[in-house]
Amino acid sequence: MSRILIVARNTFREAVRDRVLYNLVFFALLMIASAVIVGQISMDIETVVIVSLGLSAISLIGLLIAVFTGVGLVSKEIDKRTLHAVLAKPLHRWEFLLGKFSGLVLTLAVNTAAMAGGLFLAMLFVKHSIARGDAVVLVAVYFILLKLALVVALAMLFSCFTSSLLAILFTGGLYVAGLFVAQLRSLQATQLNAQTQKLLSVLSYLLPNFGNYDVMGAAAHGRPVPGSLILHNTLYTMLYCAIVLTAAAMIFSRKDLK
Amino acid sequence: MTAPAIETQNLTKEYPHGFLHLKRKTSLEGLTMQVQDGEVFGFLGPNGAGKSTTIKLLMGIIFPTTGSAQILGRPVSDVTMHRDIGYLPEQPYFYDYLTAGEVLDYFARFHGFSTTERNERVQKMLKRVGLETAGKIQLRKYSKGMLQRVGLAQAILHDPKLVILDEPMSGLDPVGRREVRDIILELKNAGKTILFSTHILSDAEMLCDRVGVIAGGKLRGVGAPGSIVGVKSLGMEIVFELVDGAHSTEKIRAKVARTGANYRMSVSETELYATMEELRGAGARVISVTQIKPTLEDFFLELVGKDRAQAAAIEVSGK
Repeated sequence: MSRILIVARNTFREAVRDRVLYNLVFFALLMIASAVIVGQISMDIETVVIVSLGLSAISLIGLLIAVFTGVGLVSKEIDKRTLHAVLAKPLHRWEFLLGKFSGLVLTLAVNTAAMAGGLFLAMLFVKHSIARGDAVVLVAVYFILLKLALVVALAMLFSCFTSSLLAILFTGGLYVAGLFVAQLRSLQATQLNAQTQKLLSVLSYLLPNFGNYDVMGAAAHGRPVPGSLILHNTLYTMLYCAIVLTAAAMIFSRKDLK
Repeated sequence: MTAPAIETQNLTKEYPHGFLHLKRKTSLEGLTMQVQDGEVFGFLGPNGAGKSTTIKLLMGIIFPTTGSAQILGRPVSDVTMHRDIGYLPEQPYFYDYLTAGEVLDYFARFHGFSTTERNERVQKMLKRVGLETAGKIQLRKYSKGMLQRVGLAQAILHDPKLVILDEPMSGLDPVGRREVRDIILELKNAGKTILFSTHILSDAEMLCDRVGVIAGGKLRGVGAPGSIVGVKSLGMEIVFELVDGAHSTEKIRAKVARTGANYRMSVSETELYATMEELRGAGARVISVTQIKPTLEDFFLELVGKDRAQAAAIEVSGK
């Protein structure tokens, strides 16, 4: 466990010293600030506009970091050969992988928290107060973080067996496909033959269900999110990440490095 | 009897290549060798001979196609024995956003040292490799030679029993090379086992108890640097000078090479005495007479030449 934390700590430190991430977070805060202006010209729905735009900015920037940094977590270490000296230490490859994952998720948590802080400041600026009902925005931010963790795990899996470019494409493609899992399940059965129906059904359960994490509408309108959904999404993310990371570790453990 | 520090049996590495990866390229073929406890073993070979492939197989960076290897009596797949191994990769590259001190601290953490011990070891290592004043500079600003020093420091930071160095002299200036040689000798005196690869033959001759010569992915010879090249004399070298009034004959002039004020010539052992008489007659003053023995370089070049001509492998053993 401690060895995973050593790698995670270093991954976090790398992110802290990477100016690109600061630029992205700054860009997100700028988007949130611009939401205040847009909100002011949107009569009576300022909060809805600010929360929607703010959460979208947090999600978009988080996704960019998760996909691009996630793919590079392992592949960059292989390409630059920094991994050679690290793996010469008493460290299993799966520990390294888990450490890198934990480090990036921690980075994303800090970034997301900073951006969420900016969003709450924007809300405070417009509404002059933060109500108990606004806690649902925190739930939405938490769901974004869960989604990002899953995206990082997928990006790492793909980067273990393919090139960085393909890994980015696969991760992006799977993310988009995962947004439509609910629609895949509710396809009109009469229009399809039995085999296709079965295939789509299996596929809909194999694909990561990113639609589950979208509570932006509820957050914007101050509607509460059921506790069961919070529990479900938390467990779903943990289980899916565990499966994906196990697969990644199995591939990475047998991979010849350059 | 203790187990060898390193032992390989029929270690082979093939890489798939070609458009569909259907062809196989052999980087290392049937390597069987031992490095004994406490010895300095030099792994020699031209670029692409299989030296780094062997070391990467030993360190678990790549996996063998066939064969097996043990380090300190344990299979190389057992990463817990990395506690007792120090490894310097070829052309080492570390996290360039860290300082040398931070990199060493990062690596030291994997060995479970306390904070105080870690700090002490890091400072000691920075001093030992001559980086004590550059310890707080980010590695992105380091030269190749300085990175090599960091690499060496992280390899010996935890006082390992076995040190594996892949081209440790690479990228170093003469002062740096001398310092690395001194560190290797210090480690040897401390009873450590050292395996290092190099194509700088003078380093191997100076430092190694035994060397293994690898070419074309095959081990071609193992033995002490002196014994591996054989003891056959290649002739005699005479160094002389022509004092005032001396007159060299045409025969002598045809054989000599001039370096500064001195002349040198090579003759066979049977011609030595006759040539000495001739030189004396010509009024030359002989400075030295030395037997010419084959060097590791001669052996190496002969081997590589043969390999390129795809001649049969030669068998040389120091045992």
